[in-house]
Amino acid sequence: MSRLMLALGLGFLWLPILLLVGYAFSASAIPFQWGGFSLRWFAALAADERLLEAAWLSLRIALGAATLATLLGGLVGWVLARQRAFRGRALFGALAGAPLVLPEVVTGLSLLLTFVALQGLLGWPTERGATTVLLAHATLGAAYAAVVVQSRLSQLDRGLEEAAADLGASPAQVFRTITLPQIAPALAAAWLLAFTLSLDDVVVASFVSGPAGTTLPMLLFSRLRLGLTPEINALGAAILALAALALGLAAAMLHRHSSHSGRDRGKAG
Amino acid sequence: MLRAIPFGWLLAFVAVPCLLLLVIAFAALAEGVPPFAWGSLSLEALITLTEDGFYLAAFLRSLRVAFITAALCLALAFPMALALARAPARWQPVLVLAVLLPFWTGFLLRMAAWVGLLRDQGWLNGVLLALGVIEEPLPLLYSSGAMLLGMVHAYLPFAVLPLYATLLRLDRGLEEAAADLGAGRFTVFRTITLPLAAPGAAAAFLLVFIPAAGEYVVPEMLGPPEAQLVGRAVWGAFFQDRDWPLACLLAVLLLAVLVLPIRLFQRLETRP
Repeated sequence: MSRLMLALGLGFLWLPILLLVGYAFSASAIPFQWGGFSLRWFAALAADERLLEAAWLSLRIALGAATLATLLGGLVGWVLARQRAFRGRALFGALAGAPLVLPEVVTGLSLLLTFVALQGLLGWPTERGATTVLLAHATLGAAYAAVVVQSRLSQLDRGLEEAAADLGASPAQVFRTITLPQIAPALAAAWLLAFTLSLDDVVVASFVSGPAGTTLPMLLFSRLRLGLTPEINALGAAILALAALALGLAAAMLHRHSSHSGRDRGKAG
Repeated sequence: MLRAIPFGWLLAFVAVPCLLLLVIAFAALAEGVPPFAWGSLSLEALITLTEDGFYLAAFLRSLRVAFITAALCLALAFPMALALARAPARWQPVLVLAVLLPFWTGFLLRMAAWVGLLRDQGWLNGVLLALGVIEEPLPLLYSSGAMLLGMVHAYLPFAVLPLYATLLRLDRGLEEAAADLGAGRFTVFRTITLPLAAPGAAAAFLLVFIPAAGEYVVPEMLGPPEAQLVGRAVWGAFFQDRDWPLACLLAVLLLAVLVLPIRLFQRLETRP
C-alpha cells in the first residue's frame, strides 16, 4: 500500500519533468505537441543571446554567493556548535535561523530596504544588480549552510581534537589537520545547497536587483508571463542534463574519496 | 573575533532588514526614489489596510491555501516516507535521490511544465480529446485546483524528508513486540507507528505551511487571477502600486501571523 503510494508520488513528481524534457525534442512550434524529432529548439536556445547572458550572470552570482555563504555559514555553525555561552547567544541563534523560515517576499523586501538605506547612508551599493543579488543570496545560503555545518560539528568526536592539542598542535593546526577534514563533506554539501538556492531564486532577486541585473530565473519568469515556448522545454532538458552530470561527478568523487580513506584506515590498522 | 564577523553579518542583513520593515510600514509616501520619506511617521498604510476588506480576505485565503497544501503534502508524504524507510537499505539512496532530483530541474521550469500540461491547448486536454473522453478542452489552468497541484508539486519533497528521517529512527522492535502480543497491522500502525512519527509529521506540516503562506510564484503562474493571496498583495503593492509602506506593513503582518507556527517548528527542531 505505502509502496504503491511511493510509486504514485514519484510519478507525480517526475511526470511534468519527463514530459518537459521529452517535448524539447519535438519539431512543433506549439509546446507539448509532437511534430517529429528535431533539435531546432536547442539551436534556438544556443542562439538566444539575452538568455545566455542571463544564464552567465546567474552562474557567476551563484558561484560567489555559494562560496560566501559557505564561509559565513561555516562560522555561524561553528559558533552555534562550539560556543555555548556568550552575551547575545539567544539573539545570534534566532538571527541565524530566521532566513530559513521567513517567506521569500519578506526576505526580498526587507533586504531591498537595507540596500536602499545603505546607499543613502554610505553611498554604497551605488546601484542594485549583481552585487546586491549576490549579498542577498549569500545571506539566505549561509542560514542553510549553518544548519549543515552545525549538525556535523556536533557529531564530531572532540577527543580527537583534544588528543592533537595534548600532543602539542596549535589551535590552527588542530583545525587544519583534524577538524577541517572531518567537516569537509558538510562544507561541500552546504556549498552545493547554497549554489542551487541561488540559481533557483526568482522572488528575492526580483526585489533586490535593478535594471542591470537580470538573472536567468528573472528573465524566464518575465517570458513565462508572455507565454510558453518550446525553447523553455529545451532549457529544461539542458538544465536536467547538467544537474545529472554534476550529480554523477559528485557521486564519483565521493566514491573515490571513500575508497581512499578506506585504504588509509586499512594501512593504519 | 571569529564570532564578530558572522554576528555583524547577521545584524546587518537579518536584524536590520526586519527592523526596517517595521519602520517603513509607518513611513509617509513621497515622490521620488525611494517612494517614501525617511524619518516620517504616518498611519496611511494601516488605514488603507483596515479600510480595504481586500487585504483581510487575502490573509484568510493565504492561510487556507497554505493549510490545504500542507495537509495534502502530509497525506501524500506519509505513505511515501514509510515506503522509503522500509525499502531495502541499498535502494534507499536511489529512492531519496528520486525524491530530491526534481528540485534540481528548477522551480520555474517545473511550474512551466504544469502550464504546458494544463492549459486549454495543453498536453492533458490533447490526450483527453484524442481518447474521446471530452469533446471540448477543459479549463484546467488558472484555477484553484491547478494552483494547489503546483503548490503540492513544489513543496512535497519538504514534507517527505523530515518524515523519512523520523521513520528511519523509529525502533522497529516496538512494532514487532506489538504484533507479537497480538495487535493487527492496523492497530500496530495506529498505536505505535503513528504516535512515534507525530513530531516528524508536525515538522513536515509546518515546513510546508510556513513558506506556502507567503508563496507568490505558484499562484501567479497557475492560480485564478482573482485569487488574491498575501504574497501577491505584497508584490503588487511594491511593484505595481509603488506603495512601499503598504508592502512593508503586509510583510510585517504576515510575519506576525506566522510567528506561532515558526516558534512551534523551531521547538520541534531543537527537541533532543
